[in-house]
Amino acid sequence: MNKEELKLRLEEQLPPASFEDGAEWTTAIVDPAGWEGFARHLRSDAGLEFDYLFCVTAVDWRTYMTMVYHLTSTIHRHIMVVKVKLDRDRPEIPTVSHIWRTAEFHEREAFDLFGVVFSEHPDLRRLFMTDEWKGWPLRKDYEDPVNMIKL
Amino acid sequence: MDVVPQNIADKPFPGEVHPTAGGGILVTKLDEVINWARSNSLWPLVFGTSCCAIEMMSTAAAKYDWSRFGFEVARATPRQADVIIIAGTIVNKMAPVLKRLYDQMADPKYVIAMGACATSGGPFFYNTYSVVKGADHVIPVDVYVAGCPPRPEALLHALIALQKKIRGGVS
Amino acid sequence: MIQEVGTTEQGELVINLGPQHPSTHGVLHLVITLSGETIKKVEPHLGYIHRSIEKMCESLSYRQFIYVTSRMDYLSSHINNHGCALCVEKGMQIEVPARAKVIRVLMDELTRLASHQLWWGAMAMDVGALTPFFHAFREREAINDIMEETCGARLTMNYMVPGGVMADLHPDFPKKVKEFIRFFRTKIDEYDELVTGNVIFKSRMEGIGYLSAESAVSFGCTGPTARGSGVSCDIRKLYPYEVYGQLQFEEVTATGGDCFARYMVRMQEMRQSLSIIEQLIDNIPEGEFQAKTKAVLKLPKGEFYSRVETARGEFGVYIISEGGTTPYRIKFRSPGFSNLSALDHMARGYKIGDLVAIMGTLDLVIPDIDR
Repeated sequence: MNKEELKLRLEEQLPPASFEDGAEWTTAIVDPAGWEGFARHLRSDAGLEFDYLFCVTAVDWRTYMTMVYHLTSTIHRHIMVVKVKLDRDRPEIPTVSHIWRTAEFHEREAFDLFGVVFSEHPDLRRLFMTDEWKGWPLRKDYEDPVNMIKL
Repeated sequence: MDVVPQNIADKPFPGEVHPTAGGGILVTKLDEVINWARSNSLWPLVFGTSCCAIEMMSTAAAKYDWSRFGFEVARATPRQADVIIIAGTIVNKMAPVLKRLYDQMADPKYVIAMGACATSGGPFFYNTYSVVKGADHVIPVDVYVAGCPPRPEALLHALIALQKKIRGGVS
Repeated sequence: MIQEVGTTEQGELVINLGPQHPSTHGVLHLVITLSGETIKKVEPHLGYIHRSIEKMCESLSYRQFIYVTSRMDYLSSHINNHGCALCVEKGMQIEVPARAKVIRVLMDELTRLASHQLWWGAMAMDVGALTPFFHAFREREAINDIMEETCGARLTMNYMVPGGVMADLHPDFPKKVKEFIRFFRTKIDEYDELVTGNVIFKSRMEGIGYLSAESAVSFGCTGPTARGSGVSCDIRKLYPYEVYGQLQFEEVTATGGDCFARYMVRMQEMRQSLSIIEQLIDNIPEGEFQAKTKAVLKLPKGEFYSRVETARGEFGVYIISEGGTTPYRIKFRSPGFSNLSALDHMARGYKIGDLVAIMGTLDLVIPDIDR
């Protein structure tokens, strides 16, 4: 299915909050509360079958944060992007590691570098930094007087 | 560039050999003979963290063989190694591991910092929160090799410089 | 959850493998829970080479950040650079000249060959055979010499720029590559004689580390790891970039799902790479090797994703730009990260020696995982 057909199908079956225009692939914007149900639908619906989550990114936009999920289907070969907007002071989002097992490591990385909390993740702890590290390094307001990061 | 006096480091064997019947007599200092023996049989520790490890493996392979100089046996355990070649970047999480490996090595032990990352942080010097800017913040280094990654010949030059340093009694 | 080294209440032993270990291909720390010699659980601990590349790239310009990715998956350094250059070109709508496209594909395939050669040597060394290591490095040196004449470096060749390649090919390049192809075709057969048919090698690899196709897709595995389980995921075939759409080559898949299947996939991929190089080496078009671009590049506001097939799998570059000279956020989707997450699933129930064989066939490069 191409970009337009995907958009129509999603709008009639399980409408996300909105769609973004002008992107290369169909981009849907979803609320954190509805993300888990939406993800389940994307995975199991017979015409969509997005079984391959290939990129999970967290972005810090200074006043809010976004999680960006890139999905594709090995059966239908269509690509889709889902963005979830999170509150910056308490970024929480349900996990999808029971739907796509690759998310276990990706979500740990987002937690480690940005501080996004994934509820019901089987094993949420730091991945790259040491366990005692304070702070979320990839956030835009991360201060590090020792290493003098100036961006 | 040379840190050792020429006469000690460049002679193939330290001391004077007086040929007599039935062999010969060698007149030398015990320290020099021990240093000579140590320098010709340094066993490196298998320690490579990133890209420089591949050039280290190339130096160990057949084209730029380092076993010609005595570095034949690369040991995996620090207890049996003489020289640790830090090939790659050292980050905050790896620094205690490096210190522990260095402590576990038996004296006399030597350290070569291979590549720009181990010398000073290299390309990862600015704006990184997790890189140790030079392995000499963690353990004392004897020889630094520049390059990103250094060519195998550069590493061989460093190994020979280390050998000269040991023979000269400086290390 | 977090296992401490020692003994658990059930009498199982918890040990460390790494971070300094000859067979961990870098600094990978595995905490293994064993019952006798059988593995119950493998937990990778990462971060021992986490160099904060994504944060660093937020302060580098669009021409500078490409070369840091050489140091991530250093065995496919050209291909990583290629992915970044493609992303910048996508954003700025730069048209790459035909000669540069062919040169890029040639360099990519040579890099893939060099990476698989090193994988083969290291894999055999892990399983216990030391001789293939020296054979592999001898052939790798031939490729390194070819690269050095044109690009100036042996391992981290900073050769791709947005718009093409940095310098033209050395005049001896076609001659040397043809000589290399002739030389290497005999060597691949030698590799098969030396290792592939060996009884001991086969008994250490067949039936070990089974990964089903659904698990491979669920864990996000790509590259030969997934193709060994039958999943068709070669980016060069699915989303062709540069001149791959016009070339004749096959995507190699196997159905075994075990270590031996992944091994055979990579051996066949080496042959396919040789045939791609043969198709291109006599047909390099004349022309410019670099498109004219401004000195300071500024991507328009938006997000751009480009993907290439490295020797390990799909490498994705996701740039979010706010219109400035440096990216706002870069994410590198590295193939090893997802491949490693399947290790626990693949290794349960086997022995430690099998774990080493499984890690060998996953072909992990840890700086690629840790970024």
